[in-house]
Amino acid sequence: MSSPSKAFEPRRRTLLAGNTDLEPGAAQRTAAPVGPETTTITVTVNGTEQELTVDNRTTLLDALREHLQLTGTKKGCDHGQCGACTCTVNGARINSCLSLAVMHDGDAVQTIEGIGMPEALDPMQAAFVEHDGFQCGYCTPGQICSAKAVLEEIAAGVPSHVTGDLTTRIEATEAEIRERMSGNICRCGAYSNILAAITEVAEQQAQGDRA
Amino acid sequence: MRQFSYERAIDPAQAAARAAEVEGAKFIAGGTNLLDLMKLEIETPVHLIDVNGLGLDEITETDEGGLRIGALVRNTALAADERIRRDYPVLTRALVAGASGQLRNKATTAGNLLQRTRCPYFYDTAQPCNKRAPGSGCAALSKGAFSRQLGIIGTSEACIATHPSDMAVGMRALDAVVETITPTGLTRSVPLEEFHLLPGDTPERENVLMPGEMITAVALPAPVGGVHKYHKVRDRASYAFALVSVALIRQPDGTGSVALGGVAPKPWRSVEADAELPNGAEAVMARLLNGARPTEENAFKITLATRTLAAMLAEE
Repeated sequence: MSSPSKAFEPRRRTLLAGNTDLEPGAAQRTAAPVGPETTTITVTVNGTEQELTVDNRTTLLDALREHLQLTGTKKGCDHGQCGACTCTVNGARINSCLSLAVMHDGDAVQTIEGIGMPEALDPMQAAFVEHDGFQCGYCTPGQICSAKAVLEEIAAGVPSHVTGDLTTRIEATEAEIRERMSGNICRCGAYSNILAAITEVAEQQAQGDRA
Repeated sequence: MRQFSYERAIDPAQAAARAAEVEGAKFIAGGTNLLDLMKLEIETPVHLIDVNGLGLDEITETDEGGLRIGALVRNTALAADERIRRDYPVLTRALVAGASGQLRNKATTAGNLLQRTRCPYFYDTAQPCNKRAPGSGCAALSKGAFSRQLGIIGTSEACIATHPSDMAVGMRALDAVVETITPTGLTRSVPLEEFHLLPGDTPERENVLMPGEMITAVALPAPVGGVHKYHKVRDRASYAFALVSVALIRQPDGTGSVALGGVAPKPWRSVEADAELPNGAEAVMARLLNGARPTEENAFKITLATRTLAAMLAEE
């Protein structure tokens, strides 16, 4: 039996959202949209330029998953709390669930598919495999996208909550990595192995810098 | 999420005029709080004006020797700016104490000031909330309500929500000034102290912005020197809102400024309390939290604030 296309599959979340007029506490509104409810954007995803026409409400996450079939980026909480949807936009990691696709016209997005595929793993992906940095794997693409960006942020001198001196070079210590990864939740609790994987890549990079 | 139309603004004055003209319009910058609330239909704008193309993303020096932080400077960029780290470290410390790395990369300076409370009853559309649905009541003040995170001072019979920002607490200790542009193209400067409103009978009104008025920058006065600290106490070591946070700027002679987060509907500071700084944490908090009306569940915040400041003073 073939399943219906993703775009038309009714989901409980959608049905509930459609019924909120019935809730007395929901905000009321009298005005109506003053222009088109869809927008066409051009966005470069993993190096390929894509033109998309999306409902204005489409998040970057849903554009990647439902329009471009790049399902490596995961939807966990859909509210910016779990980090499963982490990808980079113009080099900066963000929660793709908390950003509208229409706000990314002209931007360059990189997802887990652009970081590396099974036949050619990125060092961070290889380190997650080596250190068993996951169990169910659902949060893993977000963890890896975030982890790569964390090391770049440390190298760029972006301070964190655990940074001591704000005016000197920041080291990729375990405390720094733990703090910076706090926006990525792993309900299987693979944190210690995730930390080991990121630490190994940080050490590889440090050796590369010295060589 | 409700349907909305969308446009990209290209000029601050035009953006403000447009926001005033279209009923139910809102600005969107980082969107990290607004989109969250739109998904829950707590915010239901009919039109979004994307201000990300307006520039306003630089930190420049003012004639007075301070810094002007553009409204669209991202929290990460602000925290990492060399001048902020060197001359206003309390602001860097406050910024990196808030949210997650992903959110700080997206969240803007102006958006951070305008973010809504994280009161659980504001978020739960099945509960009454005077801020979300004016006149419906305050579930947080009902018997047995969960008020551990909520406000202890500056609150009202209508609302005990807190302002959740860390950044604003650091800026308050620094005497920051909010700069805006109105729909008629006029600019004005509002001290951060006067920017956020106390709830009173109208908790849905959270700041002094007029319809359509847009924040263009936050100005910091010339560096004041001293030792800067920001201590945030929370139920989890990272990525959690404050139970209590304390921003402290302390000069070698023992004078300085103290601002509190996590206790009130705005960053909480008073010059009378600042004047008590040479007399220690208890003297400061006796003044700063004078008149506090905590619930049974959050009365601990008075002791916690006092002990947090005491620990900060003892560090030196």
